[in-house]
Amino acid sequence: MINVTNLSKFYGAKRALGPVSFQIEDGEAVGFLGLNGAGKTTALRMLACDLRPSSGSISVDGVDAVADPHQVKQRIGFLPEAPPLYPDMTVIDYLRFAAELRGMRKADHARRIPDVLERLQLTDVAADVIGTLSHGYRQRVGVAQAIVHEPKLLILDEPTRGLDPVQIIEMRETIRQLKESHTVLISSHILSEISQTCDRLLILGRGEILGRGTEDELTATQLDVKQVVAMVRAPDDGRDVAGVLGKIPGVTDVAEPRTMHGTLTYVIDCDQDVRAAVGRALVGAGLDLLRLDSVHSELEQTFLRLVGEGGHASN
Amino acid sequence: MRATSIIYRRELAAYLRSPAGWIVAAAALLIEGILFQIRGLSQEQLSADVLRQFFWSMSGVTMFAAIILAIRLVAEERQTQSLVLLNTSPVSDLSIVAGKFLAALTFLGGILALSVYMPLLIKVNGKITASQIIVGYLGLWLLGAAYLAIGLFASALTRHQLLAGVLGALFGGVMVMFYQLGKVLDPPFRDVVSHLDAWWGHFQGGFMIGVISLENVVYYLALTYFFLLLAVKTMEAKRWQ
Repeated sequence: MINVTNLSKFYGAKRALGPVSFQIEDGEAVGFLGLNGAGKTTALRMLACDLRPSSGSISVDGVDAVADPHQVKQRIGFLPEAPPLYPDMTVIDYLRFAAELRGMRKADHARRIPDVLERLQLTDVAADVIGTLSHGYRQRVGVAQAIVHEPKLLILDEPTRGLDPVQIIEMRETIRQLKESHTVLISSHILSEISQTCDRLLILGRGEILGRGTEDELTATQLDVKQVVAMVRAPDDGRDVAGVLGKIPGVTDVAEPRTMHGTLTYVIDCDQDVRAAVGRALVGAGLDLLRLDSVHSELEQTFLRLVGEGGHASN
Repeated sequence: MRATSIIYRRELAAYLRSPAGWIVAAAALLIEGILFQIRGLSQEQLSADVLRQFFWSMSGVTMFAAIILAIRLVAEERQTQSLVLLNTSPVSDLSIVAGKFLAALTFLGGILALSVYMPLLIKVNGKITASQIIVGYLGLWLLGAAYLAIGLFASALTRHQLLAGVLGALFGGVMVMFYQLGKVLDPPFRDVVSHLDAWWGHFQGGFMIGVISLENVVYYLALTYFFLLLAVKTMEAKRWQ
């Protein structure tokens, strides 16, 4: 779907991005993950033909985005960081305008817009002036304009920015639905957004791609130390749970357990992924295993390492 | 052409919906009404002179109104980031500029049309012909188009409407100073520079006195085209920055 080769962007003498190369297949949901200023927005704007690259090539669905941007624009729906709305228009007029700009005929958008309104739960506010809507609704209208012309590729730049927790959950669900019918490219600096909605990640920092792959691939290649948390029901016979855990190969330390409501929670230091072994050992010892997980998000650790232990990217 | 029409309809509706458009219209008509009363009706004059006074003051009002109407066209969209919708849709910068310009020109035409009662009063009470009025209004419309193009170019340069207004006023001001500048130059530069002037030679010496000439019409069309082209090129260049 997207083929990017040696793409770079300079603002004057300052490098904002690149050179970067990557491919995105049809039907994939790919996340651009990076700190603020990492070059995510610059990359997405170039993919959406809002900005011209300083060098390199972008091909979308086999069409060169620099040589033939109009063809590419017809295949793309773009939601920038700030939704491109006209506060003086009603929602339905705005969507008609967006559809017509993308070349849709009246009969087509008359059929399509009610579907889009329903899909994004905007039917009740269709006749409302955009300037009077809440931030969450505006964000949904932004998504609606991006999908109204049924594009193959959907580019969403920080789609949950500024939303409250309920709206974030709703937007996440919307994105999951959109994944079913579109190739989706999402940027975010919020790890949970990316990890919960995307199949594959591109981690950007200082204008370069620092890591790429699925969450498992990235964590497998980058993670060498872990903490695992295991919760068991407190045994009646006073068995030595820590002793069971300490014998597992790869476990380097077992902290004192936290006791709560008849359960024991152990934080286990290890030098490899020992979750499977911990599970087997505890169950094999006749203990009731209630919870087993990493203490921290593996992706979070991977991300922080890649971008330099949380240091902000320089661009 | 279709994209131009879509953008034209949105922009015209935006003028009609926004208080800013109506405030500009009301202010332009109020100022012109006052000037017409002071300069045209307060003393005994030939009706042709009263009409000249009307077009003289109306041309200034038109230039200011055109700049003010135009400055929001691109700068406001950059500021609110709604321009991204146009930039990422399959429409050319030329279509964007043309649609916006034509909408502003239509609205300005509406303001001019609402002022027509003043020359009609002169016609009813004096001895002027309808063609004098029509030629004068053609001149105002062409002058307004040129100044809308100047304002649109200024608007394309920046995201700040105030700065766009200052730039538009500056460019527009320069365009009416060429005539004075030409006076202090020696031939052949005197003629060349004087002919670049947007008001003295082409409006005051032509449309304002009821004389229509191809040279003046071509001049205003060329001036409009030039600044619209600059606006298009500026929008294209911004994508590379």
